Amino acid sequence: MSSHESVLREPLVLGDKTYSDITAEVCRPIEGKANKYWYLVFTVAVIAFIWGFSCLAMTIGTGIGQWGANKTVGWAWDITNFVWWIGIGHAGTLISAVLLLFRQKWRMAINRSAEAMTIFAVLCAAVFVTMHTGRPWLDYWLFPHANQFGSLWVNFNSPLMWDVFAVSTYFTISLVFWYTGLIPDFAGVRDRFKIKGKPMQEKIYRILSFGWSGRAKDWQRFEEVSLVLAGLSTPLVFSVHSIVSMDFATSIVPGWHTTIFPPYFVAGAIFSGFAMVLTLLLIMRKVFKLEHYIGIKHIEYMNIIIIMTGSMVGVAYLSELFISWYSGVEYEGYAFMNRATGPYWWSYWGMMTCNVISPQLFWFKKIRTSLLATFILSIVVNIGMWFERFVIIVTSLHRDYLPSSWTMYHPTWIEVGIFIGTIGMFFTFFLLFARVFPVIAFSEMKTILKSSGSQYKRKFAESKGVKVDY
Amino acid sequence: MSAIELNNLKYDFTAKSKRNLFILMGLGVILLILGVVMNMGHEHAAVDAHGGDDPRAHLGQRVWANLLVNGFFFGAIALAATFFYALQYAAQVAWSVVFQRIFSAVSTFLPVGLIIILVVLAVGRFGGHHIYHWMDQSVYDISSEHYDSILAHKHAYFADAFFWARIILFIGGWIMYQRWARKRTLEEDLVGGDSIFKKNITKAAIFLVFFGFTSSVFSWDVIMSIDAHWYSTLFGWYVFAGMWIGAIITFIMILLHLKNRGQMEFVNASHTHDLGKWMFAISFLWTYLWFSQFMLIWYSDIPEEVVYFQQRWEYFNGLFWVTMFVNFAFPMIMLMSRDAKRNKHYLLFVGTLIFIFHWCDTFMLIMPGSVGEHWGIGSLEIGMFLFFLGGFIFWIMNALSKAPLVAKNHPYLEEGLGHNI
Repeated sequence: MSSHESVLREPLVLGDKTYSDITAEVCRPIEGKANKYWYLVFTVAVIAFIWGFSCLAMTIGTGIGQWGANKTVGWAWDITNFVWWIGIGHAGTLISAVLLLFRQKWRMAINRSAEAMTIFAVLCAAVFVTMHTGRPWLDYWLFPHANQFGSLWVNFNSPLMWDVFAVSTYFTISLVFWYTGLIPDFAGVRDRFKIKGKPMQEKIYRILSFGWSGRAKDWQRFEEVSLVLAGLSTPLVFSVHSIVSMDFATSIVPGWHTTIFPPYFVAGAIFSGFAMVLTLLLIMRKVFKLEHYIGIKHIEYMNIIIIMTGSMVGVAYLSELFISWYSGVEYEGYAFMNRATGPYWWSYWGMMTCNVISPQLFWFKKIRTSLLATFILSIVVNIGMWFERFVIIVTSLHRDYLPSSWTMYHPTWIEVGIFIGTIGMFFTFFLLFARVFPVIAFSEMKTILKSSGSQYKRKFAESKGVKVDY
Repeated sequence: MSAIELNNLKYDFTAKSKRNLFILMGLGVILLILGVVMNMGHEHAAVDAHGGDDPRAHLGQRVWANLLVNGFFFGAIALAATFFYALQYAAQVAWSVVFQRIFSAVSTFLPVGLIIILVVLAVGRFGGHHIYHWMDQSVYDISSEHYDSILAHKHAYFADAFFWARIILFIGGWIMYQRWARKRTLEEDLVGGDSIFKKNITKAAIFLVFFGFTSSVFSWDVIMSIDAHWYSTLFGWYVFAGMWIGAIITFIMILLHLKNRGQMEFVNASHTHDLGKWMFAISFLWTYLWFSQFMLIWYSDIPEEVVYFQQRWEYFNGLFWVTMFVNFAFPMIMLMSRDAKRNKHYLLFVGTLIFIFHWCDTFMLIMPGSVGEHWGIGSLEIGMFLFFLGGFIFWIMNALSKAPLVAKNHPYLEEGLGHNI
């Protein structure tokens, strides 16, 4: 029995590529020189990065009082950004691990950049979580030391402690997964530099490629490791953001203590992560001329995931809202009333509009296959997901059980500066990544060429007597 | 395998199979009657011990609660099969096409299960049992001694018109889609082409959205409201994971039965492997949601919430923990390896075991709030379960025998047949 893919499925590699086309086109940015736009964007990103770190220096130098957080609103901008960045990272792991397990071949065009994004996003998140302790030079106490070190162990009962382990495990596995995938591609780049006679670059990529030779044995090990890492990463997609949600949900703060938090945080994280992947890839495919690899179909698939996760988040919002009334708990009821109509109403309605209503536009095929609409909506979703964390954290805290301590939270310019700094850091890293790493897993991409390349699909369709338009 | 061979495949529901199922159902009825008779004396003792007016001690209550457990358990499997059916279209899955007729057949039980639930609800409304405390109208009456201020707060939600309107809407919507989908797949056998397939994708997406919103509310209405004061936002998703795993096990069982009879040769080891993965994965999903709900409530220890688990802890202690342990540990350990998922003995053993323990999970969703400490798993419960099991299998097999075993004109059939992992 033939195992051809159905003709109804559109090809994933367009433009009748050969194997060598794939290598050449993906490696082109590494071999060529950057254009002036790259330098322009890179300069802006680096300036933002430096600016952010100056603000961090201010915070460390003068103390955490530089931030707008206060006795009532103890977590605010810092944790909002921490959760936002961690959430963005999730799409990378989902694409690399879960889509691998589900045998979704379209992941091969996007997994590399998504994984890179994950790693950079987790680094940005780490900035906030290490700084928010107030005295970051004592942060090594977050990890358990032997009692002889001078103190008792950390409090393992605290979800904040679980978070330290969850996030660091997540980062490690994501990094290993990303790097493992890069090995055959580094070897490909190495071989190209060898042919071109550039010993310096050849040597660098030789070291990076860990002596990959492309033998069948190498591939067999590669595939085994990928599967094992996918198996390890899949529970991590769930556990990391579940544990982040437990930082809130194990408490008795109205608006935080709700059982739907773990799965709903995971759905929200994937939602925002895909939005960020889209923002990055829509630019990258254009600049690097990768439209034949990251096709409209890929974008459509990602938009469908955005509708799905966005709707799950919507169901969760409505469930929370309903149960806050249904439970008859006055504090809970008030927390939600305050979210929708209190002084931070704009953040609640911003969240609802950006996260629940705007993604529904993707039900229209015209919109979900439009590059401009996708680009705009991907940014809207990221804004919405930032608002979501702000709503959860600040509006729940600023009016607590004790009305005499009710207050407002306003970010200081230093906090805003740190946030801008992490965005600068994220883009600095991503732009560097795009210059020196193959942005598409081209070795893996070649494995689907025969089954999903446009010329092969066309030939197969003709043999079946079906007319296709690619 | 040639196209002609595929066309002629039909499930032959033999007289012997029917007879065996009738025996199973008959045995169930006998045990059920035996259970009722044996408990008649016991009932008086329970009532006496509780001052004579605890409705949870009544035998009738226990029978109705059991009817709800089984109606919901098996009905929800059919509902999850309908969901699974829609999911395969929305996600454009090819590998599952080869056994599509199985989950399509399972989904035909949907009207039966839902009608049983509806009957239990209606009888409760007219005072036939006291599973749903909020159905007692005196709790809303401020002058009554039964007045309950928390329930009075929820009166708008449980008001007759709103409650029945939404229940009918949900049930009607699900059955409508199920029947429509079943009709289309049979029509496709005769017509061919891609047009039905394309229509199915759109309809499936619409159903998934409808199901996504309504399934949570339905489980609040039918199950969560039994513990009338209690609430949990995650509840709907937890119940959903439970019905999903039940449906996956049912598919595997039927598939293994058919393969055993040599009737689904075209379903290869890769297909069963993937079904095994589903059983493995959804077991994890279920445990994840179990843990999320339990841990968050246990950790924050708020009296209004923790009472739910306290009851289960106090009266169902053994069953409560064993159910969680079996439903998590057995699929995790036994189905971890690739070979196990391709081995029918492993699938049969783990499937049977967790099927029973997911029934126990449904049992524990319903019983603590309806009969409390007067619960038991005796001849009554086992009898009712066996009767339902027999009827459920009979219904599905009958539906399966009514249509060819292969959706021969499904555009993804060829890709699905070549599935090889």
